[in-house]
Amino acid sequence: MSFQKSLFIPLAAFLAMTIFLGFGFQLENAKVLPSALIDKPLPNFQLRDLQSGQMLRSADDLIGEVALVNVWGTWCPNCVIEHPQLLKISREQNIKIFGINYRDNNVEAKKWLKKYKDPYAFSVSDDEGKLAIDLGVYGAPETFIIDKSGFIRKRHVGPVNAKVWEEELKPVVDHLRGLEE
Amino acid sequence: MKFSWMLFVFMVSRGTVLASIDAYPFPNKELTDRYEKLISELRCPQCLNTNLAGSDAMIAQDLRREVHRMLIEGKTNEEVLDFMYYRYGDFVLYNPRFDLKTLALWLSPFLLFILSGFIWLKTVRTEKETLPWEEEDEKKFNEILESRSD
Repeated sequence: MSFQKSLFIPLAAFLAMTIFLGFGFQLENAKVLPSALIDKPLPNFQLRDLQSGQMLRSADDLIGEVALVNVWGTWCPNCVIEHPQLLKISREQNIKIFGINYRDNNVEAKKWLKKYKDPYAFSVSDDEGKLAIDLGVYGAPETFIIDKSGFIRKRHVGPVNAKVWEEELKPVVDHLRGLEE
Repeated sequence: MKFSWMLFVFMVSRGTVLASIDAYPFPNKELTDRYEKLISELRCPQCLNTNLAGSDAMIAQDLRREVHRMLIEGKTNEEVLDFMYYRYGDFVLYNPRFDLKTLALWLSPFLLFILSGFIWLKTVRTEKETLPWEEEDEKKFNEILESRSD
């Protein structure tokens, strides 16, 4: 190789690295972590049902059909913002929404659901945030789509609004339901 | 004088503030050290660029509690890091794992080092091959210049 040609090696190396790193570390939005749990099964848990305060719920109670799992708390302002959309989805879309009441006060949480109405099939009290950690949650609200076998297929960080539902979540739900037929 | 004392106290206390947001009891120094090390090399998932040790976010508090629990249960450092990696992926590790996605990150310093060595050698060799400018060359050069100026 001539000296002149070898001068292009750094450029070639730089381009190769740019491409490599570009693919390896591409984050659509640096604020949203890629979920490590996509295509993994819902983690198991034993948590009290929020409304009854007694009954224990486990992952098996969520599995069976395509459903949404929503992480919420009364301390979370964005949860109030997304709440009307969740109500709308539960009313109009024939899909179950399971709530994970994340690091919350049970009394306050029940009051909150009375005040803003309850879109959830049921909520479980994750007082210590352990289920949230198992789900890789780092804030609220977060919404997961699970398939009928209980595998996590989609995660959305931040409030669900009409646009997010129509463009990001509903297509996945429709796709997963299509696979069942 | 008073001011310098205040400065001194501030400087001395600063390091400890970062390390003790919530003190978990450990039965021995070895576990305490491992705990401090782990929470300093795990990144808080919510705050983007703070480690677990330095963050007050709710999730960081919970994860510190989990690290403490696992260490008390006798888990190894590797098991603690696996726990975090399974849930939060590459992001949570300040010391990224070696896999296909991080290949370039790990190998590029070595590749660049080898490459720069190669280029340096080439450059040195080319310089040696170039003969020094001598009287003979000067004459030839002038001849060419004169023949051109006609």
